[in-house]
Amino acid sequence: MAQINPEIDHLLRRAGFGVSSLDADIFRDMSTTDAVDYLVDYEGRPDDVDARIGRPDHVQIATNDLFAPDIDIEDARQRWLFRMIHTRRPLQEKMTLFWHNHFATGYTKLAIDSGTIQGAKLLAHKAGTLNGPQGQVELLRQYALGNFRNLLVEIAKDPAMVIWLDGKTNTKAKPQENFGREIIELFTVGVDNYVETDVYAAARVFTGWNLRGSDNYRQDEYGDLNAYQEFFYDADQHETTAKTFSFPIYSDGSKTIPGRSGSGSIQDGLDLITALALHPETARRLARKFWNFFVNEINVPDPKFVESVAAVYLQNATEIRPVIRYIFNSPWFNDPAVRFARYSWPAEYVVRSIREVGWQNFTVDKARGAMPAMGQQLYEPPNVAGWPQGANWFSTGQMLARTNFAATLAASQKPFLAVALAPESQSPQGLLAGMLNRVTPAPLDSAPQQALNSYLAAAGSWTGSGEQLNTRASGLARLLVGSAEYQLV
Amino acid sequence: MALSRRLFIRNGVTTVAAGLVAPSFLSAVAQAQGVGGTRNLVVVYLAGGNDSLNTLVGYQDPAYYSRRPTIAVPAGQVLQVGTDSSGRALGLHPRLGGLLNIFKDGHLALVQRAGYNNSSRSHFEGGDIWGTANPQSFAGSGWLGRYLDTLPRPLDALAAWNTTGETPRALISALSGVPAIPNASTYTYASPNGGSAALQERAAAQAMASNPASNRPHLAFLNSTSLGAIQTLDRVALATSYKPTVVYPNDGFSGELKTVAGAIVKGIGTKVFWVSTGGYDTHSGQGGGGGGAYANLMGTLGDGLWAFYSDLRNQGLAPDTTVILYSEFSRRISENGSQGTDHGAAGLMMALGGMVRGGLYGTAPVLSPGHPTLENSSGDVHYETDFRSVYAKVLDGWLGVNSVSILNGDFRTGAPAIF
Repeated sequence: MAQINPEIDHLLRRAGFGVSSLDADIFRDMSTTDAVDYLVDYEGRPDDVDARIGRPDHVQIATNDLFAPDIDIEDARQRWLFRMIHTRRPLQEKMTLFWHNHFATGYTKLAIDSGTIQGAKLLAHKAGTLNGPQGQVELLRQYALGNFRNLLVEIAKDPAMVIWLDGKTNTKAKPQENFGREIIELFTVGVDNYVETDVYAAARVFTGWNLRGSDNYRQDEYGDLNAYQEFFYDADQHETTAKTFSFPIYSDGSKTIPGRSGSGSIQDGLDLITALALHPETARRLARKFWNFFVNEINVPDPKFVESVAAVYLQNATEIRPVIRYIFNSPWFNDPAVRFARYSWPAEYVVRSIREVGWQNFTVDKARGAMPAMGQQLYEPPNVAGWPQGANWFSTGQMLARTNFAATLAASQKPFLAVALAPESQSPQGLLAGMLNRVTPAPLDSAPQQALNSYLAAAGSWTGSGEQLNTRASGLARLLVGSAEYQLV
Repeated sequence: MALSRRLFIRNGVTTVAAGLVAPSFLSAVAQAQGVGGTRNLVVVYLAGGNDSLNTLVGYQDPAYYSRRPTIAVPAGQVLQVGTDSSGRALGLHPRLGGLLNIFKDGHLALVQRAGYNNSSRSHFEGGDIWGTANPQSFAGSGWLGRYLDTLPRPLDALAAWNTTGETPRALISALSGVPAIPNASTYTYASPNGGSAALQERAAAQAMASNPASNRPHLAFLNSTSLGAIQTLDRVALATSYKPTVVYPNDGFSGELKTVAGAIVKGIGTKVFWVSTGGYDTHSGQGGGGGGAYANLMGTLGDGLWAFYSDLRNQGLAPDTTVILYSEFSRRISENGSQGTDHGAAGLMMALGGMVRGGLYGTAPVLSPGHPTLENSSGDVHYETDFRSVYAKVLDGWLGVNSVSILNGDFRTGAPAIF
């Protein structure tokens, strides 16, 4: 019921969060190239997902009293998961998740600095809901397929990032290295492509990149929801001497940012960001990350892929949209051998399983609550390097957290699964076939198929009664969604 | 780097799957190996880069106070532990009263200026270097993983026990997957059904996970992880049934130590436990002796370890356990503009336990600019004791194996005599 064809199914697992029953009508008659354009040019799809929160035919939201996703981090997590499940722009959400890992910023430190309300607002405030700038993840959504250099500039000025990497205390007397280090090591060129003195110089470049509060803002202010912090360039705190790097800053090959003072000295940071964004190692690093996120985690990046994607990135002046379109249309992505060759992130896992098993009367808060034990809590990456990925998602405890979520989800959908699968359940084999048409693990070898058949045979003589279906359909869903095969996308 | 870690895990998986399929009574395997009731090692990792200069304070060094005007621990507040072999007077952070108790008991070893040449200032690279014990090539297996690889096969699935969600570099092994048990009380098997259907479901899940999938290594890895979980559930539940002899503080770190104590007392047979406590990346608001982020970290650390040590001592099991503590690097000597410290170099390693020979090892740095105990234009502390020599002592002197093959080199010379 859910699957369309192997090419589109693969594309939707990678560019989105799997195939739900509602996707079939949209994609059934599309060519793969048209489907790529449909997903990549997502501005053509309505951005109406938030307005559908609360509809009875969608996944449910848990609220104590008021649902306040702009100022309450747990509500913000529910809103994001709701978006992933029901968005008409799955690739935009997928890229937002990618950037959230790339520019990994954690809520707890922000809340300690600015209070819980401001902390949530710094990450999740949707533009225009309250006074003040949009939250960091909203910014990432805006730039999901935008220009990387411009995104870096916005990130360097983003209040959550300024707090997260201690920009508020980066002064000319005592330059603070945290942001200067990570913009080089993690956001752009990566380790082995810079030297320690570059970090010290970068710290001086970003002196004065600070925040100021609105008139009604006070540190640890809980009361005024419309209070906010915004970017402020404090030229008086800028360290004005020249800064020299080990790599070219300017197109003429010059490695030195000239000494500058006054309001124009913000140009130091813009020059460094432009140089970092255009650095060939940044292009390669993004290409390798896209390989892992979209193409294949089982094999190391094909050097030809890395060079081709890096070239598309640089030829398009650091625009991401042409890069992603190129990847989805590339032979690497469309090689049947790379299907199911990625380890799903916990967010991908819970969203895909809800989309496939069903969401009737299910609250997305159960997914939110289960995710930390799987190793991923949205808005709370473990550190600025983001989440350890691939096989690192799968310790025994994390695997148990996934399979136990499968049990929770399957239990909630018992009666609905029983009704939906009843027509196909004249025999245990019919029930299994029907379930596999809905829930899509990587291909099952004969041994696990045999285990599933034995599980169904243990029900005794098959009558297809409501009770038998209630038990075995939910048990099957639990076994399939909790299987090793299902963790691969 | 992260990529090679994943690859490494994958390259080992086929063997993992094969190794885990065979035994049906793993606790019997554990007993056959004689691992029950014998020595174990608990590693406490201080994640983020511990500011050693505020853990163990050279409170008579004027440069300590001039270079840390807002975050130095006042001399009158330190918990004095005497002078080291170079005659430097030292004191523990005032919130480390628990560790002072163990020091007075004669069972806390403080190894100063542990590190390596050209110390990495990157959290991730530094963590991998301490994990692999290889500053040159740090993408391979971990030092404790290689220790596990020396143990007889089949290896008990709980030979090592990781209390964090992800497997740290130090525990990555070519032959074994280490179970990660971040919350022992939820380490259980849930089912949408009850009664016999639930039991049949668990049996089916185990049968599915037993598929060796030898031609699909990534699937084999996932199956081995599932199987490892299913096969360890019952013994983990036994460990969580433990009722401690002392009241542990109510925080995550102490909770993990309580679980470890339960596993030790219940005789699960685990040889290596991994515990991690975070928040040590104190770039700002670090504080001095009284309040501030660092004082809270020290309170959590000292109180938790004291509860753990007391509990095991009451059980008569302190001589079976050694705890070692380390971090990926220490921090810059001078404080920054945020009342914090940036990434530095060599730092403090600690060991405690009933058989640990307590005391001060190595010599304290002298923090005045230009002193030979410093590096990086006197910005950081230079190492004196190679951290691998401490590993070597633990491997040879405590775990009773050959450190030379595990560490790929002889680091026994000059190792602090902590056992």
